[in-house]
Amino acid sequence: MQSKANSLPASTRFSLRGFDWRRYIVYVAFVAVFFYFSVTLYDEGFLSTNNLLNIARQTAMIAIMAVAMTFVIGAAQIDLSVGSVAALSALISALAMQAGLGMFGGIIAGLGTGALIGLINGLLITQIAIPAFLVTLGMMIITKGLAMWVTDTAPVPILNESFTFLFGSGDLGPIPVLLVWMVVIGIIGHVLLRKTAYGRRTLAVGGNENAAEFSGVNVKRIKLLVMVGSGMLAGLAGMLYAGRIYSARFTFGEGDELSVIAAVILGGTSLFGGTATVIGTIFGALMIGMINNGLIIMGLDVSQQMVVKGLIIILAVAFGKKAAQR
Amino acid sequence: MDTQVHLKMSNICKAFNGIPVLKEVGFELRKGEVHALMGGNGAGKSTLMKILTGVYRADEGAVLLDGQSIEIQNTEDAEAHGIAMIFQEFSLVPSLTVAQNIFLNLEPRTAMGLIDDRACVRKTRELLQELNVDIDPNTPVEQLGVGYWQMTEITKALSKNAKILIMDEPTSSLTENETEVLFRFIKKLKEKEISVIYISHRMDEIFEICDRTTILRDGKWVLTESHDSLTIERMIEHIIGGNMEQAFVWSERQYDRTGEPLLRVSDLHSGSRVRGVSFDLHRGEILGIAGLMGSGRSETMRALFGIDPIDRGEVFINGSKTAIRRPDDAIAAGLALVPEDRRVQGLVLDQDVKSNMLLPILNRIKKGLFVDDPAGEVIVQDYVRRLNIKTDNIFKAANLLSGGNQQKIVLAKWLVNAPDILLLDEPTIGVDIGAKTEIMEIIRQFADAGKAVLVVSSELTELLALADRVIVFHQGSVAQQFDRKNIASEEVLQHAIQG
Repeated sequence: MQSKANSLPASTRFSLRGFDWRRYIVYVAFVAVFFYFSVTLYDEGFLSTNNLLNIARQTAMIAIMAVAMTFVIGAAQIDLSVGSVAALSALISALAMQAGLGMFGGIIAGLGTGALIGLINGLLITQIAIPAFLVTLGMMIITKGLAMWVTDTAPVPILNESFTFLFGSGDLGPIPVLLVWMVVIGIIGHVLLRKTAYGRRTLAVGGNENAAEFSGVNVKRIKLLVMVGSGMLAGLAGMLYAGRIYSARFTFGEGDELSVIAAVILGGTSLFGGTATVIGTIFGALMIGMINNGLIIMGLDVSQQMVVKGLIIILAVAFGKKAAQR
Repeated sequence: MDTQVHLKMSNICKAFNGIPVLKEVGFELRKGEVHALMGGNGAGKSTLMKILTGVYRADEGAVLLDGQSIEIQNTEDAEAHGIAMIFQEFSLVPSLTVAQNIFLNLEPRTAMGLIDDRACVRKTRELLQELNVDIDPNTPVEQLGVGYWQMTEITKALSKNAKILIMDEPTSSLTENETEVLFRFIKKLKEKEISVIYISHRMDEIFEICDRTTILRDGKWVLTESHDSLTIERMIEHIIGGNMEQAFVWSERQYDRTGEPLLRVSDLHSGSRVRGVSFDLHRGEILGIAGLMGSGRSETMRALFGIDPIDRGEVFINGSKTAIRRPDDAIAAGLALVPEDRRVQGLVLDQDVKSNMLLPILNRIKKGLFVDDPAGEVIVQDYVRRLNIKTDNIFKAANLLSGGNQQKIVLAKWLVNAPDILLLDEPTIGVDIGAKTEIMEIIRQFADAGKAVLVVSSELTELLALADRVIVFHQGSVAQQFDRKNIASEEVLQHAIQG
């Protein structure tokens, strides 16, 4: 207890000395965008509970995949296959339930598909030493192909109501289950990254793979684990997509890999590994979701939304970088 | 010798935030001389050189070039006056050829305005010939040895009419052979009346290549003297500002040489460099390994620590045969390795002192599932104090510390793990003399506690000050063994190393 009391002031002093802009820009930007929409879209109901919960619902899948991606990027790897994995996992999960394996069969099939693809990614990266970018680029295409192939592009309906309640459609009182998933995964991710040896080792691998190896860290195992984690949470995200609309489709997750990576980088995780933050990631994802939502309410076309969204992402990262240099 | 003064800096003062870093420092460089600039960390060497190259501006003082007063406001001014810094971290593009690198951004053009490759190659060839360097201008730089990188860099500076070169630890990443080639090249430069300011912590080199030495301490000029009269002992005294410490003097240590060895290596094979290495290491012993780069000394360390696979041979620790396949096996067996390149292998530079020091022992400071940070911080604070690591706090990124303090962190991260056998690969490379003596003392204390140390060093002075026994590697195996008390001088050892 004594030592704990001693350690606290030291950390506080440190954080006050230099304001780490890259780490905190996401919160500044989040508040700024929130205020902007709150004022300009007040009459359109941006601030209504219903709309805010909608933002949470729309953001949950990206946020959940981004939590796993924080570990992947923190270890100086990348996973481009998450969007396709979400689609394939959703379909396999739905097919398993259609085949009468029940909800648990569906859950295991969905998560298992994601974990398996993550494992294959990880093995290719660690055993054959192909860069993660190339492995997962290939895997993104393969998985997408498989997702279209398994049902010949036909959607698979999900009739299991406990599954659809638990994964995406349900509400606990006023709170959507999706929000609960996001918060739970966020907390687990945060604790795993900050408080466990696994999290520290992940960042050591991302910061300097060589030094980590020389320190006795099993670098290959860490890389394998972050890829499996990413695949598994992409599988979960796919099931959430499916539960939300009572059916699985191959189009789930299209383009999600870029939103996920954007959320992680916006959140303050270094693109080159070594430093990472799960809470920042969640706020990065929420900000992207909020921008989407606000622009739709404003009445912008999809095309205009894309332009504005891209601009805001570049501006936020650029501002964080500039401010850090000052 | 020509004693014409090439450059004179006088009365240089510089303060940062009101804290004086240079106090009325004077420095004089003669035409065609190689002049060593020495001093511990914080002595002001790099600040003085940054003033000379226009990175900083002096608060007071004057700079005279060939007797003419000059103003250096920025780096362009310095370049225009022919003053060039040869960077330690090389500023060449590896995939481009020698010629392309030398004329990067200043490429000769054809009438059409396109790059004239042939002129570029021809001019490069002329420059290289003039300096007696045997490189094909069309070779991509990445295919050349590191030694030639520096020569390319220097040639590049000379192509822009540099007359004064500043070299900062130029040999830190070179092999003995490459160093020799570089030194021959530097001697060639002297004939061309190019003057060199040479910064290094390696005394033997300084006496080999430099004509005179200037020593700074605590931001003040201490001495400038010709090597005709300056001795290594006096040099060390002036750098540390007191009597030469006991650290460099060997004294016989007592330990049991007859019992079961703590580490026995028998007919070890690993890769192409380690071919049948055998030796014993006793409790309380400091065993030195000497040998040329590539003789298998570092590679033996790597194999023992599980970095490179052991192809054949046996390792016994405390009499029991131990299989080492990965670094975790080695760590579990009580081994620790301080690798030769702390920036690449030793530290996660962007992370703080604490994270670096705790990395090998994360499993040992767990409370349930979680890392016990308060307990970890107590350990780190303790070692920061014990090893006298100079840092504002334990949350400072490792890359913001000096080389000596970084090296102490690498040492500390292993001492924290309480190993029985410490493998040290060049433990004081690029470390200033003050930190060097401290590190040597830490090594002795470790061995005195009944543990054992295996140390590889290219600096024979250091090896002879530390080791109880020395084994000499030659082409992948132990060629000779010496008891320290039977080694009369460095020359004996040097002779054995050359085979």
